[in-house]
Amino acid sequence: MKTTLTVNGTTHEVEADTRTSLLDALRNHLDLTGSKKGCDHGQCGACTVIVNGRRINSCLTLACMHDGDEITTIEGIGTAEQLSEMQANFVKHDGYQCGYCTPGQICSATAMLDEAKAGWPSNVSGDLTGTIDLTDDEIAERMSGNICRCAAYPNIVDAIRETAEGRK
Amino acid sequence: MRPFDYIRAEAQSDATRAGAEGATIIAGGTNLLDLMKLEVMAPDKVVDITRLDLGEIGEARDGGLRIGALVTNSDLAADMRVRKNYPALSSALLAGASGQLRNKATTGGNLLQRTRCYYFYDTDQPCNKRAPGSGCGAIGGASRLHAILGVSENCIASHPSDMAVAMRMLGASVEIESEDGETRVVDLAEFYVLPGEDPSVETVLKPGDLITHVILPAPRAGRQTYRKVRDRASYAFAMVSVAGRVSVQDGRITEAALAFGGIGSQPWRDGHVEEMLVGEEPSTALFAKAADALLADAVTQDGNAFKVPLTKRTLIATLKDLTAEIAQ
Ligand SMILES: Cc1cc2nc3c(=O)[nH]c(=O)nc-3n(C[C@H](O)[C@H](O)[C@H](O)COP(=O)(O)OP(=O)(O)OC[C@H]3O[C@@H](n4cnc5c(N)ncnc54)[C@H](O)[C@@H]3O)c2cc1C
Ligand code: FES
Ligand code: FES
Repeated sequence: MKTTLTVNGTTHEVEADTRTSLLDALRNHLDLTGSKKGCDHGQCGACTVIVNGRRINSCLTLACMHDGDEITTIEGIGTAEQLSEMQANFVKHDGYQCGYCTPGQICSATAMLDEAKAGWPSNVSGDLTGTIDLTDDEIAERMSGNICRCAAYPNIVDAIRETAEGRK
Repeated sequence: MRPFDYIRAEAQSDATRAGAEGATIIAGGTNLLDLMKLEVMAPDKVVDITRLDLGEIGEARDGGLRIGALVTNSDLAADMRVRKNYPALSSALLAGASGQLRNKATTGGNLLQRTRCYYFYDTDQPCNKRAPGSGCGAIGGASRLHAILGVSENCIASHPSDMAVAMRMLGASVEIESEDGETRVVDLAEFYVLPGEDPSVETVLKPGDLITHVILPAPRAGRQTYRKVRDRASYAFAMVSVAGRVSVQDGRITEAALAFGGIGSQPWRDGHVEEMLVGEEPSTALFAKAADALLADAVTQDGNAFKVPLTKRTLIATLKDLTAEIAQ
């Protein structure tokens, strides 16, 4: 089945079996191996990418369902020469150990800041209609879909907090 | 995963026709693909409904809301009308899954998500829901996640949704289009069916039926809440959850609506328990009595008997929150 995907600004035609997940299309067909496969069942967040502005688990969606969609992967967030602010803060705060969950963490955190900016409440927001203050509890709750087996959580929260503060 | 044909529905009738011909609907895909990867579900045709025009939240004629089946869990939770008038629903949605999953999960798909029973998920194990007649591994097996109300001797699976519990408490109904183009509205109270003889049948839906909307009745007075107890602070299914709305006037409860998650074979509501509260002065003793009535018919296993005291405590705490400054 032929599917047109715009990934990090470049349009690609992918010819793949209907069973191909968006994650497998990115990794195996487009050679964008930054997005990682941890569990392949929506439980870890290592495969997080941003589709039409929203973070999703690319392992739990079919590539063919994304015909015409705009996808941002970690390769589109920044480059080794030009890190995004979020990436630079992960480096600064040592927000990882093995690094396997990191591309997913960074894609997720990047899109999460937009959700908070749009005023979306979370499960720990005291007031559903109030303004969002990204406390450490808020960051942890909003990032709970990204598991880090190395448990770099405190440093991940530091990196995200600094990025959020920089954007204020 | 088994191979399948992929059909993209351009109109609602494409979806209902394909469904009647045996295709399985895919919306967010977050439950179906999980199960297809494990071959717990193995459709040979899948119809993608995500391009249909069912992504809006409109106002219903009576002042309620008419939620399109494709509205994502994130958008529904963030909708200002829902946050203000149906806060238990926003809270329930936000207590479920993760940010990424809620961005994909849809209103229709969430209602129809399958149980998280370990035996349902493991194709080497017996499960009457997955393979009717094969037995139930959970009865006498691992049953921590399982139901204690509305179970049968053939199945003790619990319904995993948080959203559906809040919707049940709010008195929601489901709008369904069938293959012949007819539309019907089914109260959520009648939408799910008890496991009985054949636990593989979970709802009143027939092949070719498409959920198009969920309708919330006009908002009612009173305080609302959703309280979820789980094994970790986030990103875990409910052991027990309570969605509640209570109004108090002149020191007496005038209205009460309660629904429960994690303990029922479907989002659970018991009108008798609500009636016990109405007209009474809020008190811990009253709440305990209501909890005992709710749990009087509980059927437990070694692995889930803890849910009886846990539900009782959770219900008492929820009712205290909802009637705070009045309860003794
Ligand atoms: C790791 C993980 C954690 C989770 N945690 C929670 C949790 O804590 N609480 C919770 O409530 N949920 C949780 N979920 C479940 C999640 O909420 C569901 O997967 C999601 O809501 C399903 O919606 P979907 O649109 O992706 O459905 P799909 O997977 O697309 O579909 C699910 C089912 O519904 C049918 N269907 C979908 N739309 C329609 C329609 N309009 N008409 C007729 N049939 C339809 C499909 O045929 C399929 O059988 C979790 C999921 C995962 C993977
Ligand atoms: S690989 Fe997608 S969530 Fe784990
Ligand atoms: S850095 Fe190793 S899993 Fe997160």
